[in-house]
Amino acid sequence: MNIELILFIILATIAAVTSILVITRSNAVISAVFLVLNFFALAGLYLLLNAQFISVVQIIVYAGAIMVLFLFVIMLLRTDGEPRIFSDKRYIKYFALLISIFVFIQVSYLLLIGSPSKSVTGNQSASINSGTIETIGKELYTNYIIPFEVAGFLLLAATIGAIILAKKKFE
Amino acid sequence: MLSIPIEYYLILSAFMFIVGVTGVLIRRNAIVVFMCIELMLNAANLSLVAFSSYHGNPVGQIFVFFVMTVAAAEATVGLAIIIAIFRNKLTVNVDEINIFKW
Repeated sequence: MNIELILFIILATIAAVTSILVITRSNAVISAVFLVLNFFALAGLYLLLNAQFISVVQIIVYAGAIMVLFLFVIMLLRTDGEPRIFSDKRYIKYFALLISIFVFIQVSYLLLIGSPSKSVTGNQSASINSGTIETIGKELYTNYIIPFEVAGFLLLAATIGAIILAKKKFE
Repeated sequence: MLSIPIEYYLILSAFMFIVGVTGVLIRRNAIVVFMCIELMLNAANLSLVAFSSYHGNPVGQIFVFFVMTVAAAEATVGLAIIIAIFRNKLTVNVDEINIFKW
């Protein structure tokens, strides 16, 4: 039992449990807080995978910016809590659960049968090298410069769109 | 590091994605539905980063960077739409927002 496996089990348990809590709590604020916890667990998993840059961006962008936006909107709107998840006896819920479990079993079965770890074995030094901010920055500003510029334009368009949509009334 | 098989990460990713799908299907609060979409995007990001790291190829992580950009834009516009709907209908329950149904 090495340290990586122990860390993986701890972080994966946190990620799995908090993701379930996100969809079962009836209060939206509690869901959002558990989602933040889930993002932190994912950032830890990214560090375990030697992806330092993505890990930091995950905390700054997701746990920092996006979730603050979500919490802001939740507190801005008056959302009376929905009925508790198991007190609402509509068949669509059981149907959704059934389909989800079926798909999960299917995907896990395929993963275990195909066993990608036979062909995909980790190369330690290449893995550390590929996750540094130096490598990613070099790739982003040379080979992926056009997608990078398009991403910037997309964010500008989203900002303008959000302002127009949230304005008092349309002209 | 990288001593554990990649299936562990992929199964965790599949599990989180399925939980997100279930949330979208069973929750009625539009904001929580949006949070479940973020959960699914993160599950996909986890498998991308896992493959990128195990292959030692940075392209997967660059793709994750773009996914995060699109997620930020999507959250901004989506929440603005929710605010606009709330202003008109005073609810965020997706069962009551049905003006396009007939």
